Amino acid sequence: MGYQLDFGALVQYSGLFLEGAAVTLGLTAAAATLGLALSIGGAATLRSKLAWARGLVAAYVELIRNTPFIVQMFFVFFGLPSLGLRMTAIEAAVLAMTINLTAYAIEIVRAGIEAVPRGQREAGLALGVRPALVFCFVILPQALANVYPALVSQIIITMLESAVVSQIAVTDLTHVADLIQSRNFRPFETYLVVTVIYLVLTVILRRLFARSGRGLFAGRAP
Amino acid sequence: MISFTLWDLARNLGLAARWTLLLSALAFSGGGLFGLALLALRYWGSGRATRAIKIYVEVLQGTPLLMQLFLVFFGLPLLGIDVSALLASAVALTLYASAYLTEIWRGCVDAVPRGQWQASASLGLGYFHQMRYVILPQALRIAVPPTVGFLVQLVKSTALTSIVGFNELTKTGEILTNATFEPFRVYGVVALIYFALCYPLTSCSRALERRLRIAG
Repeated sequence: MGYQLDFGALVQYSGLFLEGAAVTLGLTAAAATLGLALSIGGAATLRSKLAWARGLVAAYVELIRNTPFIVQMFFVFFGLPSLGLRMTAIEAAVLAMTINLTAYAIEIVRAGIEAVPRGQREAGLALGVRPALVFCFVILPQALANVYPALVSQIIITMLESAVVSQIAVTDLTHVADLIQSRNFRPFETYLVVTVIYLVLTVILRRLFARSGRGLFAGRAP
Repeated sequence: MISFTLWDLARNLGLAARWTLLLSALAFSGGGLFGLALLALRYWGSGRATRAIKIYVEVLQGTPLLMQLFLVFFGLPLLGIDVSALLASAVALTLYASAYLTEIWRGCVDAVPRGQWQASASLGLGYFHQMRYVILPQALRIAVPPTVGFLVQLVKSTALTSIVGFNELTKTGEILTNATFEPFRVYGVVALIYFALCYPLTSCSRALERRLRIAG
């Protein structure tokens, strides 16, 4: 039992850690942007009159929420090419993360929309505003303000789950750790450092989002 | 390349799903017991214990499960413990589940209205009896839907253990893909099996929640 922890050997890799963290953040940002836009569309569809469209979105949400992210990612990266859809690892990672985040965010945005009082919509329509514009400028801002904290949590969960994309050779933070530990044979120290980096990223993101949320929704959130 | 009929695929993956279920059961029972202990410590322990538990939850919810899995998998051997993939996975998932469950249950205990505490105190009940006869029975009722909901998350999380080489559903899917070169079909069936495991739990959680809202 003479194992000595040694973190000194990791200092030389600090550049690699930073690059990995940048890739992780980039993937998260891409998935969050696409996912938020798509989920607003999805939540709006859930309120539409088209029963088949509502059914389709509901089925999508159920399917994604009841299967693991890693299986979705493998399906996208290994399975879709057999249908002729070829993509790079990064594209597959962003696509899988977006598909996953969208399903959860649809539920969140839907809850936010339901929490907006009916009178808001009626007042907008009574002023002669077109229904689509009422949705965009009256309902949606209030709905997003209602569920902003939940959306932020979901984006952070997506970032943490993105550790799995290292398995399809995307050079994210976890992949960097895999690489380094295969060189210095100190997996525990390497993964410990990377875990701490993830934790720091989580804390920073949460703070940033909380601050920008206060600016974005000043005086709006209940 | 070996050719598998759909039935062969489904049968092999179905057999592998037993390991997914076993691991989920281990992690849920272990995490539940440990989470309950943490909950008790949080309410009966000192301020320092409460703070420590808060940090514990914060760390486990703020880092990827994959990293926790790696740390257990590579960390236990440093302590001189020989770990199998199953043991490492069970330990990591237990810790992960305990953090989430203790936080969920704390929310449920806190959700019991303050008036209940005051009313029971005015009846002369001590802290233990307040908890035992007034607060916990009510908290338990609120706790069931989110706990079942977390169980879904836990079943899905077991898929990550394929990365440390535990031969459950996802790992078997990988192996079958390598043998058949049919990732679309194999991962399709894998996803369907996970769905079949999780969807009943999801709808159960939702139904319980709805009933609670009507009764509450």
